[in-house]
Amino acid sequence: MAESIPLLKIEDLHVQIEDKEILRGVNLEVKRGEVHALMGPNGSGKSTLSYALMGHPRYEITSGNIRLNGEDLLDMGPDERSRKGMFLAFQYPMAIPGVSVVNFLRTALKSVRGQDVPIREFRKDLREQMAALQMSDQFISRYVNEGFSGGEKKRFEILQMAMLKPGIAVMDETDSGLDIDALRVVSDGVNRLRETNPEMGVLLITHYQRLLNYITPDQVHVLVNGRIVRSGGKELALELEAEGYDQIIRDAQASDAAVVLPQEVTV
Amino acid sequence: MSATDDLKVEQDYKYGFSDPEQFVFKSRRGLDEQVVRDISKMKDEPDWMREFRVKSLGYFNKRPMPAWLNNQVLNDIDFENIFYYLRSTEKQATDWNDVPDDIKNTFDRLGIPDAERKFLAGVTAQYESEVVYHSIREDLTKLGVIFTDMDTALREYPDKVKEYFGTIIPPNDNKFAALNSAVWSGGSFVWIPAGVKVEIPLQAYFRINAENMGQFERTLIIAEPGSFVHYIEGCTAPVYSSDSLHSAVVELIALEGAHIRYTTIQNWSKNVFNLVTKRAVAHKNATVEWVDGNLGSKLTVKYPAIYLVGEGARGEVLSVALAGKDQHQDAGAKIIHAAPNTSSTITSKSISKDGGRTTYRGLLKVYEGCENVKSNVRCDALLLDDLSRSDTYPTMEIDESNVDIGHEASVSKVGEEQLFYLMSRGLTEEEATMMIVNGFFEPFTKELPMEYAVELNRLLQLEMEGSVG
Ligand SMILES: Nc1ncnc2c1ncn2[C@@H]1O[C@H](COP(=O)(O)OP(=O)(O)OP(=O)(O)O)[C@@H](O)[C@H]1O
Ligand SMILES: [Mg+2]
Repeated sequence: MAESIPLLKIEDLHVQIEDKEILRGVNLEVKRGEVHALMGPNGSGKSTLSYALMGHPRYEITSGNIRLNGEDLLDMGPDERSRKGMFLAFQYPMAIPGVSVVNFLRTALKSVRGQDVPIREFRKDLREQMAALQMSDQFISRYVNEGFSGGEKKRFEILQMAMLKPGIAVMDETDSGLDIDALRVVSDGVNRLRETNPEMGVLLITHYQRLLNYITPDQVHVLVNGRIVRSGGKELALELEAEGYDQIIRDAQASDAAVVLPQEVTV
Repeated sequence: MSATDDLKVEQDYKYGFSDPEQFVFKSRRGLDEQVVRDISKMKDEPDWMREFRVKSLGYFNKRPMPAWLNNQVLNDIDFENIFYYLRSTEKQATDWNDVPDDIKNTFDRLGIPDAERKFLAGVTAQYESEVVYHSIREDLTKLGVIFTDMDTALREYPDKVKEYFGTIIPPNDNKFAALNSAVWSGGSFVWIPAGVKVEIPLQAYFRINAENMGQFERTLIIAEPGSFVHYIEGCTAPVYSSDSLHSAVVELIALEGAHIRYTTIQNWSKNVFNLVTKRAVAHKNATVEWVDGNLGSKLTVKYPAIYLVGEGARGEVLSVALAGKDQHQDAGAKIIHAAPNTSSTITSKSISKDGGRTTYRGLLKVYEGCENVKSNVRCDALLLDDLSRSDTYPTMEIDESNVDIGHEASVSKVGEEQLFYLMSRGLTEEEATMMIVNGFFEPFTKELPMEYAVELNRLLQLEMEGSVG
């Protein structure tokens, strides 16, 4: 594919939920093989962006655009987007009572690929991925996310990603709730997948620079109040860790005010 | 019903085909004492059974329709328009090749002979009023197991039948039990000798073919001390624009230490009224399990009951119901603890969609002095849309304080967040809904033999197709 078409391109994205505007013009570009980190205070709209990317029906896109491999995603439902290569590791994965992990994975894989996966190939891949994520065999007969600990849920999201092998993975706080060892295992999982699929892009949503020690980002972005207000290299995460969001928020408010004031004058 | 509705039903319901009607004897429409006497005479029954029938008809006529049911639908039953007895073939076969071609084809299409070869210990196939095919594995016969149709049992084992028939469900128990007692025909008689464990299932298959037919089979299972049997029944009927009636009576007796499991996959077409009385008695240390799946019918009324009369007896009712457009599944369970140290569980799962309606009615009773009773009741209802409805009427009469009773009930809608999660993994909305439905029924499905679990999931899928969007 032409080098000029980015993997994921988000342009001036405005998203509202229940008539409240949460994202107010987000621009972001992820190229093949790149890792981008998205940070920002609670409630700034990070999960909203991840849901909007995946196509949650209640997150209304009022303007702007999302393109994956140059293709407009806005008219596609979540199922179609996943078939195009989008994957979201949920901040809060849902329980599906009575549906076993193995059945869920097999069905998902078949749906994403559009054809049945030979059972032996599936079993082999599943066994390898689970071993790498240090998950026990009994796990496959448990019901999806039912009674999972916080850490198990996150590991299971990574397992799904490893099985589905998406073009771009949006990971919403996959590191939160993980102990140090689990963080290591999960990060290794992501890195291994990047090695075998060097074209895969990653958008890491996180509060902690710790994760970025394991998965090195090409860029770090800071989302405040629905807008990306700063972008930089991995050293930006270190700066945030040391100084917090205060100064960035103040700067952002100042620039918001600068925009808002003249508009109010014209009313 | 409009022509297009008819078409749709035909597509969804795979068993909706019918055969040209052929019969060697058919009673006239409607019911009176003469019809009852004719049936008895035709069957050449002993006097006591004829009198039992006539008396039962009296009870039926005297009893009003139960007022607490869905009478808007129930009152549609036109008892005068129904054929109460239809015999399609002169004699019962023990070889499928001896079954008349039309009927054999029907059962072929339903996969019965195939299933019999693969995983059943015995089969009876009832077509309209009579059992047309019957077989049991020879080794079981040698062990003394009796598995035959009720009419044959009345001729060949009159003492056993007379001892137990109608003792668990007396004819005056309710209006539909009275009706069945008056005009019953077919059904199974099962007798398992002490200590014999029949490890693979016995299967009965019930098929209504004729329009406006009434099917009134009568089943009696006696498990002698220490024995085990798993009995499975399945039911289908053609799709007609006018109604048929199915009203069965099933009595189970589990003697000391015996274990009976009774599994039903009810998939009548949507023009069948299904009004069934099922009751079991569990003696000391005996176990009875009703595993009851209701997918079909226009209206089902059925509350499988277990009387735990001996110390240490255990009862379980596990049921699922699916109600779609123009369907009402009024199902539930009754468990009576009449002895100490008895335990029970009731698990009821229902799904309503496209305006369908499910009702759970349950009774849990513990008599005074029945100490150390344990019981757990759980009913979950899942609504797939805003048109559908679910009601729960759990009744508890606990007259003893030293007991351990748990009760949980929930009504939920298929969650938007669950759907989104599954769709983000590539499943279409329809597939995602199906997965949630299958998961919801999983506690039931996992209790079925594998072949039946596969079949049930396939039936569910057929029912669900086209219902989303
Ligand atoms: N379904 C919803 N209904 C109403 N408000 C919502 C909904 N989802 C998000 N919001 C609001 O949108 C804003 C952004 O929420 P979002 O979850 O995107 O933040 P976040 O950056 O992911 O925060 P955190 O770091 O705590 O995960 C918040 O004010 C939140 O209350
Ligand atoms: Mg969030």
